[in-house]
Amino acid sequence: MDFVATDTQAMLRDTADRLVRDRYDFEERKKIVASDDGFSRKLWKELADLGLLGIEIPEEQGGSGGTFADVAVVLESFGKGLVVEPYLSTVVLGAGLIAAAGWEAQKHDILPKVASGDMLLALAYTEAHSRYALNHVATKARKDGAGYVIDGHKAVVLGADTADRLIVSARTSGEVDDASGISLFLVDPKAEGVSMRAFPNLDDRRAAEVTFDGVKVEASALVGAEGDGLLPLEAAIDRGAAAVGCEALGAMGALNALTLDYLKTRTQFGRPIGKFQVLQHRMADMVMAEQQARSMLFLAIEQADAKDPAARAQAISAAKAQIDACGQVVGRGAIQLHGGIAMTMEYVAGHFFRRLTALEKMMGDRDYHLERFAI
Amino acid sequence: MDLKYPDEAQKFAEEVREFARAELPAAIKDKVTRHAKMSPDAQIYWQRKLCERGWACPGWPKQYGGPGFTPLQRHVFDNVMSEEGAPPAVPFGESMIAPVLFHVGSDAQKKEILPRIRTLEYWFCQGFSEPGAGSDLASLKTRAVRDGDEWVINGQKTWTSYAQFANMMFCLVRTDPDAKQQEGISMMVFPMSLPGITVRPIITMDGGHSVNETFFDNVRVPATSLIGEVNKGWTYAKLLLGHERTSIARIGQSKRELRMLKTLAADQGTGGTSLLDKPAFRTKVAELEMELLALEITALRVLAQDGAPGVEANLLKIKGSEIQQTLTELLIDAVGPYALPFDPNRGVGLGNMDYIGPDEAAALGPTYLSTRVVTIYGGSNEIQRNIIAKSLGL
Repeated sequence: MDFVATDTQAMLRDTADRLVRDRYDFEERKKIVASDDGFSRKLWKELADLGLLGIEIPEEQGGSGGTFADVAVVLESFGKGLVVEPYLSTVVLGAGLIAAAGWEAQKHDILPKVASGDMLLALAYTEAHSRYALNHVATKARKDGAGYVIDGHKAVVLGADTADRLIVSARTSGEVDDASGISLFLVDPKAEGVSMRAFPNLDDRRAAEVTFDGVKVEASALVGAEGDGLLPLEAAIDRGAAAVGCEALGAMGALNALTLDYLKTRTQFGRPIGKFQVLQHRMADMVMAEQQARSMLFLAIEQADAKDPAARAQAISAAKAQIDACGQVVGRGAIQLHGGIAMTMEYVAGHFFRRLTALEKMMGDRDYHLERFAI
Repeated sequence: MDLKYPDEAQKFAEEVREFARAELPAAIKDKVTRHAKMSPDAQIYWQRKLCERGWACPGWPKQYGGPGFTPLQRHVFDNVMSEEGAPPAVPFGESMIAPVLFHVGSDAQKKEILPRIRTLEYWFCQGFSEPGAGSDLASLKTRAVRDGDEWVINGQKTWTSYAQFANMMFCLVRTDPDAKQQEGISMMVFPMSLPGITVRPIITMDGGHSVNETFFDNVRVPATSLIGEVNKGWTYAKLLLGHERTSIARIGQSKRELRMLKTLAADQGTGGTSLLDKPAFRTKVAELEMELLALEITALRVLAQDGAPGVEANLLKIKGSEIQQTLTELLIDAVGPYALPFDPNRGVGLGNMDYIGPDEAAALGPTYLSTRVVTIYGGSNEIQRNIIAKSLGL
């Protein structure tokens, strides 16, 4: 495990931190969240120009050929800034999946556009009754001439409302919970038969319920081989779990700093509240939680792209479950130590809490990962 | 598991349940179970229904217009009403200032105020906390200065719950800045319509508006606004907060939510196993149910003893609030990814087709967020534990 940041990572951290600090203060973020798209296209273009959208994309496709560990650095900064831009859905999940499992033509078509900020992606895999089980796929794709017709419903699809392409898991054979028979398709959200209902999530990122009603796609829309979609989907969501861990760590760090500052400055009973031992101990627990989360994140980053799916799954689940627990210690603790002020929309602590709460529910919640680890 | 009450109380419980099922409009019940903001109209509608039945202000003795319930009846009444999704009473008038008036209110105050609290013609809010006086309430700075037959109030209160609906306030003000902190405070009641009072909303992180800031700019209140004796307000406040802490346990509400949790969890799950059948989840639900059972029995024990509750009030507040939080945690766990969509209106007013996910889910995220406050308000749980420790001689 490499605990020392590379020069590239130090530079990326610097770039992302500066962007968050200069361009993403609380007031600016509020405007971005309230805008029509729910994120800033202008900022997205800047991310592209800074090279942050193509970190892992090969150089010949417009990226810089880096690793997930490089992306992790940026994600941690975005966690500190509570960034709402569709980085998870487009860069980590979407582009990551295409790079790992897509055909050459798909990579050449999509990855350069992602790197240049001209294409947004969303991965549509959750269903109304799937909870976090990736193999629970009721959405069907049946052969129709050379192509396929997709029918079904996907739930809480992150970034779907602004995506230019959806990657959809659909069943080409077998029963609802079968591991085989799941295929992945690229679908244009403007295609006939696709309808959407968008909403904000708890952490101000947008998601949508997406319905597919007789949606026709070409054979070339298939990502990877027919019926073999579960493995690449699992790999993508494991990367996603590591990625939300990075965001959570960033949020924990910022929230701990904020809370510590509050303990030192808020006075009650004639002294800073940080002088009270019961609050000191809780703060100490929160700092320990952040440290433990950082340790598990090293494991998650190391294993995010591991080739052995079983070993990867166990490492990722251990990390996600631990980081989720740490996020709760920090989030709930921060609200309690602040008191009423942290309950308000006008103060940033509550927004970190909302983000940490949402992250726990994304890419498999704590219970899901505990169970997956224990098997 | 349900506690069995003595036959007579059991019969009374059925009577209350029948009444609630017959009289409580579905739209009101829906708002209550979603923890949605109650409109004052709905609250007043229900209060008047209770007045007609003779059950309004269930904690009041008969002489002030209450039903004169025995302590057990009171417990059963609150529990059944909460379980049935009836709106919890607006506590500020009936459960907080009224008991103070019983003890130290003047005859004129009792005669004017109590009947109007009963019908909710007077909707009270509480002017206690200030930006610099939260846990350290006694450091409050809002000043009242005597001027002839009036007091002139200047300062600021915060976390004023439902001030936007309230037409009356009970307020702690500093009347002697030179005395020891606790000895220079007085309690006053006055209308919110007085010139110089400004209310500003505070939106909470769940998107709701239940609290406010209240500003006083040379507000002139008549001398008769004073409750009891001047500079004795701190004593009255402690009496009042004792009552707040007993009612804050919300046992009936937690029982209702536990039921909802089980129903939801039984309906969730993949691969042929419901969430409720998964040992890890089932164990968490069982632990919670036992904690709640113990709390209810503790509440019954408190009711059975004479006199004002001591540290038991602190216990009820701590355990009751922690149980409420755990419930909201398990409820969002139960709906899985559908905990993510955020609707600050908590699904109120949506038709079945418009819910995102299970129809209960719309309220669960915001409720999880807003319920973080229960270990903070009414005296934070840290302060409650300090009080218990102090009573132990530590």
